[in-house]
Amino acid sequence: MNKEFVPRITSFLCKWCSYTGADLAGTSRLQYSASIIPIQVMCSSRVDPVFLLKAYLSGSDGVLLGGCHPGDCHYETGNYHTRRRFAIVREVFESLGLESDRLRLSWISASEGPKFARIANEFTEEIRLLGENPTRKSIFL
Amino acid sequence: MSSISIDKSVAMGLKDLLGYLLDSDKVDSVLTMRRIPETGAWDLALITDSGNLGEAEPLAPVMTVNAGKELSSLSLSGKRIAAVLKPCELRALIERVKREQGSLQNLLTISHTCSGVFPLEQAADGSMNELLPKYEKVASMGEVPSSVRDTCKACQHFIPVHPDIMLASAGAQRPGEGCVLYLEGGKAEEALREFRGVRDDRVFDPSSLDRTAAARKKERDRLFARVENDCSGLDGLLNVFGKCVGCHGCSRVCPICYCALCDFESMNFDYNLPYFEEHLSRRGALRLPPDTVMFHLGRLTHMSFSCVGCGMCSDVCPVGIPVAAVFSRTGERTASLFDYVPGRSLTEEIPVMVFKEEEFSELG
Repeated sequence: MNKEFVPRITSFLCKWCSYTGADLAGTSRLQYSASIIPIQVMCSSRVDPVFLLKAYLSGSDGVLLGGCHPGDCHYETGNYHTRRRFAIVREVFESLGLESDRLRLSWISASEGPKFARIANEFTEEIRLLGENPTRKSIFL
Repeated sequence: MSSISIDKSVAMGLKDLLGYLLDSDKVDSVLTMRRIPETGAWDLALITDSGNLGEAEPLAPVMTVNAGKELSSLSLSGKRIAAVLKPCELRALIERVKREQGSLQNLLTISHTCSGVFPLEQAADGSMNELLPKYEKVASMGEVPSSVRDTCKACQHFIPVHPDIMLASAGAQRPGEGCVLYLEGGKAEEALREFRGVRDDRVFDPSSLDRTAAARKKERDRLFARVENDCSGLDGLLNVFGKCVGCHGCSRVCPICYCALCDFESMNFDYNLPYFEEHLSRRGALRLPPDTVMFHLGRLTHMSFSCVGCGMCSDVCPVGIPVAAVFSRTGERTASLFDYVPGRSLTEEIPVMVFKEEEFSELG
């Protein structure tokens, strides 16, 4: 019998906005997908593209990168750099025919608990449709 | 802008120039390709005594190392160096200067239109000698020699970008034109003030290379189509990079990969037992050394937008992975996100060092 596919979504969330937004979703008792596996980082720009690759190649079905809205970065400009790097990672994926839809960048502020819950559910659903990441079982990575 | 014509072949005229620069103390040394007398093989050499210039073959279609990479470190010594660079080496030098790995201050850059270089294997085993006459003939007709590196065939940047002194080599000249030096900027004018030749104000006409440009474009499309076909999706990625033995040679010879402490060689990638156990429990087997595919994907995200397509990486790969073809193709795409052309200009900022407030609004 096939077990129902539960995606695993590695989520890098910045301490000041997105992680706090996720906290707010929790304290507001909003229901959101249990697929989200949060990792707190001090700033979204701390996330080297290699972190995203590592998560992807290690079998995460989706990789979420959350930061403050543009202009609101706690360190003023970190998320602008994040955005450029993310654009590069996506382009690399697309140029090699990899599933770039498994990667997502979202701006979620500390007050946007409902938005966090919505994005978590939306992204989980998108990943569910994509199915399991083929890298999960591959022994050659 | 001015020009100096010498009634000699391009190669001889260039050697005269190097001799003049050393003898008149305009520079302390010259960096050029050289034929090793004892073995007949080529290397890149720094020459301070003009008596040793007999061995110099500044236009030899060989690249044993990207000279831009070597020169950038030398440029910080404070010595004045005149360097003969291929267009991609000049671009690599510019990229490194932008990364504060070198300085143009004490350099006199000399570059030439390029018809491509032979793979190192053929340069090393001597088979290049037999192929050279054909190479020269084909290049002089403005066509793409079949014996050069894949990325050379597909190279779109074979006219150097703003060297101090430029030469038009085979294919970019009218027959019997002799050697013409195109000077750009005060540094070249100053250095060549007493150099003997016919002075003029000719400007290089790139339209003489239109035919070559069209042929290269066709080769580029063909190469990129091949990469797209072979290296698409996870299966394609494993097909192409699955052979990797993890030697990291490609990043060692890369002129752009300058990090002394490369992340992939740091302790971040020294795995401990729990790591292996975790992976084995999930996958049932594990490839060693691990992370070879991630290494290439990581380099693509770290530096592909600055790739000058010199082809050193493919040439040193012990298992024949077409690294340069993949990097050129993806690099062209990542660079175009920012309208960036690696090595085009010293003032163009490296894409990951700057940002615009209004861009990529579709991503967030």
